[in-house]
Amino acid sequence: MEFFDNHKKLFSAAALFFITLTLVVAIIPAIRNQNINKPLPAAQSLSEDAVKGKAIFIANGCVACHTQQVRNVDMDKVWGSRPSLAADYADIHRTDVWRNTATLMGTERTGPDLTDVGNRQPSKDWNLAHLYNPRIVVKESIMPAYPWLFVIKKQPAKGDVVVNVPVSYLNGQEGKVVATKDALYLLAYLQSLKQTKLPEGIEAPAFLYKREKKETGGAAAGAEPDGKTLFTANCQTCHQATGEGLPGAFPPLKGSSVVNGDDLEKYVDIIMNGYDARPEFGAMPNVGTNAQFTEHEVAAIMNYERSSWGNTGKKVTPDEIKKIMETIKLKAGK
Amino acid sequence: MKRYIFNYRKAGIVMGLLFVSLTAQAERITPYSFSFSSQSALTGLLLLMLLVVFVAALVLKGKADAISKQHHSQQDEEQKMQYYLRKFSGEQIRKILEATSKRRTHVWFVPFAGLGLATMFPSVAMAQIEGSADKSSLLGEGGIIITITLLLIPVLFTIGYLIFRLIGTIHRTQNLEKQNEANQLVKYLSSLPPEQLEAELKKRQFSLDYQLSHHELSGTAQPEDKKGLIQINEQAGLPIVALKKKALPRPNIDPQLSKLVLWYLGCAAFWLLFGTTIGEYVGIKFVAPDADHVSWLSFGRLRPVHTNVVFWGWASLGMLGLAHYIVPRVGNVKLASIKMGWYALWLINAAVILGSLALMAGINNGGGEYREYIWPIMLLFGIGVGITLVNFLQTIARRTTKEIYISNWYMVSAIIFGIVIMLVAYIPYWQNGLGETIAQGYYMHQGVGMWFMFFTLGIVYYFLPQQLNKPIYSYSLGILAFWTQILFYTLIGTHHFVFSAIPWWLQTVAIVGSMGMVIPVLAGTTNFLMTFKGAWYKVRDSYTLPFFLVGIIFYFTGSLQGTAEAFRSTNLIWHFTDFTVAHSHLTMYGIISFFLWASIYAVIPRLTGKEAPQITVGAHFWLALIGMLFYTIPLMLGSTLRGSMWMEGKPFIDSVVMMAPYWLWRAVGGSLMWLSHVFFVYNMYKMMANRNVVDVREAAIEKLTTTIHSGNPIA
Repeated sequence: MEFFDNHKKLFSAAALFFITLTLVVAIIPAIRNQNINKPLPAAQSLSEDAVKGKAIFIANGCVACHTQQVRNVDMDKVWGSRPSLAADYADIHRTDVWRNTATLMGTERTGPDLTDVGNRQPSKDWNLAHLYNPRIVVKESIMPAYPWLFVIKKQPAKGDVVVNVPVSYLNGQEGKVVATKDALYLLAYLQSLKQTKLPEGIEAPAFLYKREKKETGGAAAGAEPDGKTLFTANCQTCHQATGEGLPGAFPPLKGSSVVNGDDLEKYVDIIMNGYDARPEFGAMPNVGTNAQFTEHEVAAIMNYERSSWGNTGKKVTPDEIKKIMETIKLKAGK
Repeated sequence: MKRYIFNYRKAGIVMGLLFVSLTAQAERITPYSFSFSSQSALTGLLLLMLLVVFVAALVLKGKADAISKQHHSQQDEEQKMQYYLRKFSGEQIRKILEATSKRRTHVWFVPFAGLGLATMFPSVAMAQIEGSADKSSLLGEGGIIITITLLLIPVLFTIGYLIFRLIGTIHRTQNLEKQNEANQLVKYLSSLPPEQLEAELKKRQFSLDYQLSHHELSGTAQPEDKKGLIQINEQAGLPIVALKKKALPRPNIDPQLSKLVLWYLGCAAFWLLFGTTIGEYVGIKFVAPDADHVSWLSFGRLRPVHTNVVFWGWASLGMLGLAHYIVPRVGNVKLASIKMGWYALWLINAAVILGSLALMAGINNGGGEYREYIWPIMLLFGIGVGITLVNFLQTIARRTTKEIYISNWYMVSAIIFGIVIMLVAYIPYWQNGLGETIAQGYYMHQGVGMWFMFFTLGIVYYFLPQQLNKPIYSYSLGILAFWTQILFYTLIGTHHFVFSAIPWWLQTVAIVGSMGMVIPVLAGTTNFLMTFKGAWYKVRDSYTLPFFLVGIIFYFTGSLQGTAEAFRSTNLIWHFTDFTVAHSHLTMYGIISFFLWASIYAVIPRLTGKEAPQITVGAHFWLALIGMLFYTIPLMLGSTLRGSMWMEGKPFIDSVVMMAPYWLWRAVGGSLMWLSHVFFVYNMYKMMANRNVVDVREAAIEKLTTTIHSGNPIA
């Protein structure tokens, strides 16, 4: 055919075909999405420190392992209270002349999703120790350590943020680990990662592909949730699998008077709403409220904690806990 | 003999224990605490030393047992002597007969040797084992570790030397024993009556020496070969690797072009080795996250270095180098400009060097995969590709053939598409908010499918028929695949963001497009396989065709796997897991790299006239293939389990723990792949190195002609 034997016609046709499809499938949708989506009214822009922290996040390629998108599927429920929306990314613009926009949605989840990590794990002590070497707080972690974000000082100055690092992680160096500005910027960025609340009256899109087991599990009274699994997922990073916590950072549950004692109201309150009454330890976030625990789940965690590591607390029932949770809610309402 | 077997069993137990400890290690829940600056490296060294000493002890014990056994069996001497007598060969009998005839007049001289050997023993005793000198609590100190390591090196050498000497001594002792036996045999022979011995031996010699003449059937005349058909391999021996056909030299290649192509391929090979060394290290970090604590070598920075180097350095330069050979050849014309080829080469190399340094320094474009180079660096690459496009279009415009061969369709279109893709990715006007994600999805997948895959298909359409020495099965199937791949592949970019916030209809289009990809993939695979039809026997004779075959198989399976991954239901399990990593290695490695290797092994001997040793080509092929399977299969298996754990709502950290053994297997597979690249680079060296090997016949002819010339000034 003459057409195919003429290089100008052939290659122009192929290029035109490709460019047309590109326009339809990439450029036009991209421009449209860029223009129609506006940030949510409640959205807060990043603080100055968090912007610098985001630059460090980008420079170190954290996006290689951490996504920042909650998909509208049931399995992603653990990463946020609602699926991510186009509006969540609408306020992200080009970083600077040299660097492109960083939505940091990511394509691999070797580590946890970070969309809502500011709510899930806001603890400064935990995050800094974790950045210095993740294995201090999570033994099984394979995340890289970032010791170059810290300096070791024999005599920390007054304003220095000292990180509680066990001696075995210091590799023979002596002194205190002090967070640099960069570490604090990165911390500020991580703490700022929170899902924005939807405006009143707007329903979040549903999570698809619901787990069947859960639906039937709720109805069948015999199948209580597994306390150990819940503990691993929600509590272990701070209180550790041994229940011993980390000295100077996270209090032990082993032998704890709250865990073993009979003041269930205080116990449930701590799980649901957090705790910061003891200056020698870091503050605890409102883990239970974040994770939307049911009374069954709270009871399972409590029973696991009360019966592990030599603890000898009495068994609690979901019915008891339900009442307590209601009174706590009432109190919080007042 | 029994003792030996026993020892082997012991050795087997040792090996078994090692294996068990390895697997136990793999099933351990926490990652390896290995670090280059920690004690475990030292402990490992110590263990290794102990193992060496243990194995050496086993070997020495075996030798000692053999010697003591020799001493035990001296009673059966008579029998032994008769055994030796029976086993004399014809030649030995001749010598004995000669000697016995002389014996009547000469006095016997019994040779004696090796007496001084016993002096060896004192020196053996002197070499003491000084091992494991210091094991106090100071082990944690860096300086002490270095000192101990330094101490261990001479200790290990001493042990090695000691073992070497011991074995030598044992060997000589055994020989001494045998010398004694020989003396006894001489005595025995001389004790027999000479005439009887002679007659018996002569008879035996005759029967031993009997031989066929080998000409009983054929006669002795030489065959007359009027048409030059008979080729006799004069130096037949047993080949260690199967003999494959040699490449045919192509004398009509412009030496300038040849040099350019070799430089492209040489740079590509370097980037392959460099990029996969990084990749191997990054893979190791999955099992030993504390291997180093250097910011420039941290995982998040090195990962894009690996991917970008193998993309833009290895695969792109490899493809462009081969295209510089193919484009002029199929147009039957010279390349428009050699100079432009060089400019493109330098620009692309500069982009990869600068890009790698920038990424390690923490300067990147913002996290989109394969879009990590900032625009000034990617611009260098883009200009390089742009220059190449102009160069190729000019070459094609001057072609002397009427038609444009399909290789040029694919390759030139791939370059056009590649430029469009880069523009879409780097022009800032549609990159805010979700626009960035849509552009990213488009870019990362078009880069793979419309640049690498499209380009490589063009290369295969040239080299596969050339290597099979027959035309492509169906030209029209090639054209069908060409247009359908453009249609369907362009649509599928956003399938990397299924269930994300980008519009649902766009996700659906991507999924439909992924299904449509079945058409071009089937068309291409059929076309290639049918080209093999009737020429399958050539696979046996060729070292390039196996590479093509693996490439074709993975073209089919890898591409269809991509289709399977795009469905919403499968996406649910596999998305965000290492399944995508396995998939990208099956395709970028199994398809692109295997096709490139096949073509490189096909083309370089044509340019240089030198071939790589078959044994190292074979090592490259098998290590790459087996390594890739070890890499991808465990990753796919582990990722499937991981995805289901997520779906069941198991704690995230449990899924990390579960992956540990699969990541270990990935590192093992990666090491094999890396080793294959060492062989590849060696093969490249063998094919390209300017070693002056004198061809005797060529040299003789040259000398002959020069003497004729000098003898005849008129010529």
